[in-house]
Amino acid sequence: MPAVTETRETVEKLAKSSYEWGFETDIEMDIAPKGLNEETVRLISERKGEPQWMLDWRLKAFRAWLEMEEPTWAHIHHPPIDYQDAHYFAQPKKKPGPKSLDEVDPELLKTYAKLGIPLHEQALLAGVEGAEEARLPVAVDAVFDSVSVATTFRKTLAEAGVIFCPISEAIREHPELVRKYLGTVVPVSDNFFGALNSAVFTDGSFVYIPEGVRCPMELSTYFRINARNTGQFERTLIIAEDRATVSYLEGCTAPQRDENQLHAAVVELIAMEDASIKYSTVQNWYPGDDEGRGGIYNFVTKRGICRGARSKISWTQVETGSAITWKYPSCVLAGEGSVGEFYSVAVTNNHQQADTGTKMIHLAPNTRSTIIAKTISAGQSDSTYRGLVRMQPKARNARNFTQCDSLLIGDQCGAHTVPYIESRNMTARVEHEATTSKISEDQLFYCRSRGLSEEDAVGLIVNGFCREVLKELPMEFAVEAQKLLQISLEGSVG
Amino acid sequence: MSVQPIVAQDTPALEAFIQRASGRGAALAEVGLPTRRVEAWRYTPLRSIADTAWTQAAPLASETVNALLNDLPLPESGARMVYGNGRLLEGLSAPLDVDQQAPGPISPLKGVFSATLNMALGEQGLDLHIPAGTDAELLTLISLSSGDTVSTHLQHRIVLEDGASLTLYDVNAGEGRYIANPRFDIVVGKGATLRHIKLQRESLSGTHLAIVSADVSEKGEYDSFTLNQGGNLARHEAVVTLKAPHAMVHVNGVQIVDGQRLNDLTSMIHHAAPDGSSRQTVKTVLSDAGQGVFQGKILVDRVAQKTDGYQMNQALLLSEKAQINSKPELEIYADDVKCSHGATVGALDDEQLFYLRSRGVPEAQARDILVRAFLIDALDLVADEALRDLLVRSMAS
Repeated sequence: MPAVTETRETVEKLAKSSYEWGFETDIEMDIAPKGLNEETVRLISERKGEPQWMLDWRLKAFRAWLEMEEPTWAHIHHPPIDYQDAHYFAQPKKKPGPKSLDEVDPELLKTYAKLGIPLHEQALLAGVEGAEEARLPVAVDAVFDSVSVATTFRKTLAEAGVIFCPISEAIREHPELVRKYLGTVVPVSDNFFGALNSAVFTDGSFVYIPEGVRCPMELSTYFRINARNTGQFERTLIIAEDRATVSYLEGCTAPQRDENQLHAAVVELIAMEDASIKYSTVQNWYPGDDEGRGGIYNFVTKRGICRGARSKISWTQVETGSAITWKYPSCVLAGEGSVGEFYSVAVTNNHQQADTGTKMIHLAPNTRSTIIAKTISAGQSDSTYRGLVRMQPKARNARNFTQCDSLLIGDQCGAHTVPYIESRNMTARVEHEATTSKISEDQLFYCRSRGLSEEDAVGLIVNGFCREVLKELPMEFAVEAQKLLQISLEGSVG
Repeated sequence: MSVQPIVAQDTPALEAFIQRASGRGAALAEVGLPTRRVEAWRYTPLRSIADTAWTQAAPLASETVNALLNDLPLPESGARMVYGNGRLLEGLSAPLDVDQQAPGPISPLKGVFSATLNMALGEQGLDLHIPAGTDAELLTLISLSSGDTVSTHLQHRIVLEDGASLTLYDVNAGEGRYIANPRFDIVVGKGATLRHIKLQRESLSGTHLAIVSADVSEKGEYDSFTLNQGGNLARHEAVVTLKAPHAMVHVNGVQIVDGQRLNDLTSMIHHAAPDGSSRQTVKTVLSDAGQGVFQGKILVDRVAQKTDGYQMNQALLLSEKAQINSKPELEIYADDVKCSHGATVGALDDEQLFYLRSRGVPEAQARDILVRAFLIDALDLVADEALRDLLVRSMAS
């Protein structure tokens, strides 16, 4: 079968495509010594100028973490992680605000340029005075190695009553909100990586949408991993009060490097009555070289709770990067009639490994959830969908629909599906279906016969395969996501 | 860091088993009694057997045997092997007219608890070698257990040589509180066919831990169906390997669970050669506080191109307290394959009930009709009509 051989060849070519956005910025850093102990936790808390309750909370998490074991159930393999061989704190040195872009560290600007951030927005990010005149419908909270360098559009948001700021700032300025909600969705002792994050997180985003407010713009955070050997521990907390609505975008690119980097973020979402939170992610961290060396280890805990009746939480993710992805954005449906959604595309290539999926915990009557997971494996990669749907005894008339499709490109990769279905209510309905196949020869032939190159044909088919998920992304991201799919499968899957 | 044990090492059950096994208990001591932290047992807790020192069962009294036999749906003719508390009851048995050979070595299936327990305490069961090209027709295997805090561990080895065929009707029943832990080591030769129809109706306080391994050769067929109907806790576990091209496997079943009982159907279908096909349909009906478990894994090796795998499992919940835990799993390393699975969980359809009621069918009968309709496409997979009728009769009783 020539087509199969060609696919194999193109996949091999693909292994040679290098990481397009691999670059490193040289910025002065304030770095904590390597190692993790109570002193590290105290140091982080002190440097962030945190109150005592926050330090106590971190220490509680740290002590819980010491008692925990690293989970081994995921379908991933990696050399043991030495948690003592990393810096847990890195902060760009503070300078007074520059007067114009000319005064801004050129390295920082280069990074923004490569990320495709428009000039006026760059000025905002770099903290140029008076730059807030230029308004865009997207607010960006740039997390530049753990510390938000600048947060834009604060004023517009403040007028609407929306709080969107680095979580470190929220801890200082809105302690009552942070204290009330932090750790209520992902408790400090929830899991190994979550506990680690709770102990040493350096920054992240905090979003608070007051009652009845529809957030006037899409909120967005660019995550970048920058300093060598600094594990990134982001903490995000989003609260939507009654009838509030927000759409949050998270996007990632990272510089090329040769040492494995640990990333263990925690994201907590809380939706009250009739509130709606849409959380979209495009993840494109450095996946490692052809041999799988040097990529990011991404162990993320993402969970949202629909506390109020008729609330809705929707997760959409496009995962193309990282050497290892361990990530299960989940929804706890506690409010009557609340809705949980999970749309995911996971692409693995070369030696990437992804073990990702979701949990839908139905606690209340008439709750509904939808899971659409698309997995594409190429090269020597392994990709697993792992999901749980649980109907608790009170989940009367709850509904779930799950669809998992896997596409294999090449005969050296693996695609796995591990759904858990648990029902304790007779009126609840759960439907699950999963398929695994390769790109159909018929479809390829059809496209080729219409004059498309193999690369374009595969690209077209893959985009079609992922369409159900991509259409859930906000416009800004949908474009970027399609581009990422192309880069990820470059060479064969255009 | 404190490490919690994931297997219980010092339970009375395990200690008694190891003592009984004398020299053969090392592997069992190592595997231990799985807790719910062991992935394969997360839905099927073995707590109910952990605190009892299970002893070897005494021979069965003939009145007990007769009472149990009278209660079972059995075919009127054909070869029959009857075991009582782990011993062959020769007076009641009519062996197949094939060579009985010295017991072959049973493969250990390392790490699988039910198999390890059986290896430690194994008692001699069937040792069948069906010669090449022979159609041995039907063999009814009846395994009876009775007693209090006793356990039996029959070991059956069944080899079908090239082109041979056999229908095995495997009936399990008993009274009292016991553990029945049968092990089947099956080899299906080239072009051979084994139909394995199992009826599990152990005592309602009994525990059934069956483990079947079947290796299927080129164009061979292992066609199994399990009706899980009894036992306080019952697991039927099948590990089937498609060893050579064009092998074909069916691991079908129906589970009917009521009271406080738990029935479990766990399977691993391993495609280790190209062009194999596997089909699995499992239906579970749950009432009262019954718990159903389905764990089905399809593993496709890199060499197993052109594999065609299909798995469907459905559960029907008829009461507020019933519970189903289902884990269909695909692990696939070959790209040119067609594998899919589906799972549904739900209650009877109100509209269908209403339809029947509006035609004058009483509620109870209407529900019965719908439950039977739910099960029919699984039961229809039992090709042997006479045996299918026996299973249907068993379900009705």
